[in-house]
Amino acid sequence: MTSQQVIFIILAVITLASGLVVVTNRNLFHAALAMMLSFFGVAGFYVLLEAPFLAASQLLVYIGAISILIIFAIMMTRRLMSTDESPFNSQWIAALFGTLLIGGLIIFVIVSVFSPFGDIIIANSAPPSLAVQESTVLLGRSFVDPDQYVIPFEIASVLLLGALVGSIAIARPEKES
Amino acid sequence: MNPIDLLIATLQLRLGEYLVSVYGSENWVFVVRDVLTVLTISTFCLLIVIFLIWLERKVIARMQDRLGPNRVGGRYGLLQTVADVLKLLTKESLTPAGADKWAYNLAPLLIVMTALLMWAVIPFGPGAMGADLNIGVFYILAVSSVSVVCLLLAGWGSNNKYALLGAFRSVAQLVSYEVPMVLSLLIPIILAGSMATEAIIGAQYIPFLFVIPLSAVIFFISALAETGRTPFDLLEAESEIVAGFHVEYGGMKFGMFFLAEFIGTLLMSALFVTIYWGGYTLPLVNLVLGVFGLPPIDLASLAWGRTLSLPIFFGKVFVIYFVFIWIRATLPRVRIDQMLNLNWKFLVPLSLVLILVVAIVDKALPANTNVWAYSGIMLLANILIAVGAIELLRRRGRQERAAAEAAHDDELADISAEALPAAHH
Repeated sequence: MTSQQVIFIILAVITLASGLVVVTNRNLFHAALAMMLSFFGVAGFYVLLEAPFLAASQLLVYIGAISILIIFAIMMTRRLMSTDESPFNSQWIAALFGTLLIGGLIIFVIVSVFSPFGDIIIANSAPPSLAVQESTVLLGRSFVDPDQYVIPFEIASVLLLGALVGSIAIARPEKES
Repeated sequence: MNPIDLLIATLQLRLGEYLVSVYGSENWVFVVRDVLTVLTISTFCLLIVIFLIWLERKVIARMQDRLGPNRVGGRYGLLQTVADVLKLLTKESLTPAGADKWAYNLAPLLIVMTALLMWAVIPFGPGAMGADLNIGVFYILAVSSVSVVCLLLAGWGSNNKYALLGAFRSVAQLVSYEVPMVLSLLIPIILAGSMATEAIIGAQYIPFLFVIPLSAVIFFISALAETGRTPFDLLEAESEIVAGFHVEYGGMKFGMFFLAEFIGTLLMSALFVTIYWGGYTLPLVNLVLGVFGLPPIDLASLAWGRTLSLPIFFGKVFVIYFVFIWIRATLPRVRIDQMLNLNWKFLVPLSLVLILVVAIVDKALPANTNVWAYSGIMLLANILIAVGAIELLRRRGRQERAAAEAAHDDELADISAEALPAAHH
């Protein structure tokens, strides 16, 4: 086993175990902390895949912003802190079905791309080491390249801007006339 | 392995290269090298704090016309902090009843870890850095955003209203000031064309401090706020919320927060030096040498270059650190609404305008523009924006003052109108 595989297994255990804690722990604050750890494990995967930009974005966005938002939401509703409700409610069958569907889809994609028995084999792709070294530069270029992702990128930013303006408009106190 | 060669390699900060040359490119050599790098940098950071605390107390004392530490360890009180550290270490480690044990005990550990992690991409000399990531500056921003979580953990875990208030304030402040910090750091990144710290140093033929001074000022103000130092020490404002998020901490657990604050401040100084002041190189000296037709000093080509760059780097870092202390000693704390207004209504729009202008100027000038002409135009653009921003602020301030004075005059008129009839009778 190479050292990369060892690290992968450690990260996988951290990510999955903390993910399990998120859904089973009754203390919502601890669940949010566990979710942060899970996000951290995913950032570790990005590092392993030599995508440092994605790893740093994961830290900045998911741990630095989204988790804090969630913790704030939990803090604002203090009675939520220790609920006696069971984490298994009537929706668990539907949730299980959805999870299995997504899991099956991911396995199908991975098998068809990487296994020699699959239908699609990506031929003529750049050697991984080359693509990996310049991944940040390639990512940046593809975001502003009209032939690649400039339109999705711009649409996403306009969407976020719209959400930002909308949230301000909703939160703004109505003027007394 | 020859002990004298080993000693020389260590002093030249080339121990890693020496180990590779002796034992070959084995995996375990790299592991040993990396572990040694981590140990050296983090031990250095932890130990320098003892000196930093002494320096801060002494400098502030002299600025406020006091003596500062002057008993323990000679007339300059050099061992005062050592005594303080020993006191903190021997104190009982308490966990208050009703505290969230996990959050309470995890927060001090995590905050020191994040403060130390950021040092990985700071170059101390040519090639002498923890990891030359191609996302260097972005990495620092990402890791520093985790420290917000630690403050929140501490504030919530303590189960104390002042701690929680401090945590709320810390989130409001740190998340807000991250925005102008990221925006101001984008400008040197545009100029250097890279996020890697060494590449940014290499791009500074003229230090960026003299090319994009406005970006440097915005970065410095946000760095003050991000480290929670005066005038932005609302997170621990002693006179308002006792000590903020760390009010329930004692002994070394409190010491860890203190430690992280000082490591963070030194890191911000180091980052400022790296991005705006040429890091370990001497751009200004090289420019003067160039005027006399002499070749520039190339530290990377010298055998002792890394060792020589240490005093240069830390000399600059401590100049910036001194400015941090200076500001702490002289400025009062701002109110929370002033702090947020300054950020969202002034720094963020200003840095957005600056990015726009810098990006356009950068694209408009042809690629083969002389470096002096390029820097001059950038400097001019910066000065124009700064003057415009200050003029806007001045007008706004005058309007507000006029409105306040008018309201005051009205009040006075009301009072005299009520008082006058009585006097006439």
